Amino acid sequence: MGFRFDIIWDYAPLILRGTGITVGISLASIVLGAILGLGIGFGKMSRYALISWPVSAYINFFRGTPLLVQIMIVHFGLIPAILGQSNAIVAAVVALSLNSAAYTAEIYRAGIQSIDAGQREAAQSLGMRPWQVMRHVILPQAVKRMIPAFGNEFIVLVKDSSLVAYIAVPEIMYWSNAIKGQYYKVWEPYLTAAAIYFVLTYSLSKLLQYVERRMK
Amino acid sequence: MAEPIIKVRGLSKSFGSNVVLGGIDLDVARQEVVVVIGPSGSGKSTLLRCLNLLEHPDGGDIEIEGQSLLESKSKLYEIRTEVGMVFQRFNLFPHMSVLDNITLAPIRVRKRPKDKAESIARELLRKVGLEEKADARPDSLSGGQAQRVAIARALAMEPKIMLFDEPTSALDPEMVGEVLAVMKELAAEGMTMVIVTHEMGFAREVGDRVLFMEQGGIVEEGAPQELFESPKQERTRLFLSKVR
Repeated sequence: MGFRFDIIWDYAPLILRGTGITVGISLASIVLGAILGLGIGFGKMSRYALISWPVSAYINFFRGTPLLVQIMIVHFGLIPAILGQSNAIVAAVVALSLNSAAYTAEIYRAGIQSIDAGQREAAQSLGMRPWQVMRHVILPQAVKRMIPAFGNEFIVLVKDSSLVAYIAVPEIMYWSNAIKGQYYKVWEPYLTAAAIYFVLTYSLSKLLQYVERRMK
Repeated sequence: MAEPIIKVRGLSKSFGSNVVLGGIDLDVARQEVVVVIGPSGSGKSTLLRCLNLLEHPDGGDIEIEGQSLLESKSKLYEIRTEVGMVFQRFNLFPHMSVLDNITLAPIRVRKRPKDKAESIARELLRKVGLEEKADARPDSLSGGQAQRVAIARALAMEPKIMLFDEPTSALDPEMVGEVLAVMKELAAEGMTMVIVTHEMGFAREVGDRVLFMEQGGIVEEGAPQELFESPKQERTRLFLSKVR
């Protein structure tokens, strides 16, 4: 059996576009998930049960149920309910962001709580307000410690974005399935998909290593 | 006696069932240097930490210049700018230079222009003998240097009161002197100071008044000479015989 590069070549424009969509969805979800996660992470640390309890429930739900199930719920339930019609790309970004936020929230919380209590006390004793303490003293130190964990989370997110092929988002995995359907070939499409995902995640991990070194 | 700058009444604090402060009364006059001594667990650090509300008391009241600390949250922040604090473990901000450590609060809290804050910071560094360390990172400093920077950082807010929580306890013995020297100079300039320390020699030399605390209460207080030479309470005597 020969590896039929011509199949890949035929599909190259679509695979390329699919890669663009994978990158786009992943980037959007990383950014939105990181922003949403910041709010959720602070909510989790709140002294008020009215805030911390629903936030904990959110985190438990998104960490305790399969992403694929979440994608289905968002695509077939949430998005039509809000927009009045379905939109696979929007559903993909929303589902991945909501899921990622549950994980980044814990990264923020762990990072912030890892900073020595003396840092907060010193800043408070200088008359700084709570948000100033957070902004100028706690977060700059905590972010450095969060980077490796964020790196892992981003890489997981890029790989997990392949699940949105199930709701027909035309990304890498979607086109690989299409090739398999047309040619009854499995090695060509899936090895190609694997290679592309690997290049994406490997570049991302190198980028994050670079950022981590720069911050030291 | 003129109106005290610090007035503490019936201050109490418990951690769970452990009573750490059992109704403390204390007045500190302007420019007075009060040294608090006592065994560990006697509540002396907690007392100090209550004076700028790093620890929230369960009962009683604290007034700084006639303003109650417990009355309103916004006043608390104002009052904290008037009360500097130096910690046992320095607590310098490791992600910024020595100069930025000192200018952060003056710029952000006092809204001072950057160049003004920096020139004051350099002056303070000169005062504590560390002008050449302005651009250094805190982790490159020795313990004694770090503590002197911490003192400069607190002074940059131009506080009316300075609190010292065992400022030399984390230092190697050869570095204790340089920190105490800076504190002596401050005392000589008329700074109001409350100092928790185990340095009995320093307490005797610099203190206007010494408090001996045990089990959450002030057992005895008096002029250093008096308290060290002829303690009235047996418990004071016992403690002093152990630390000497």
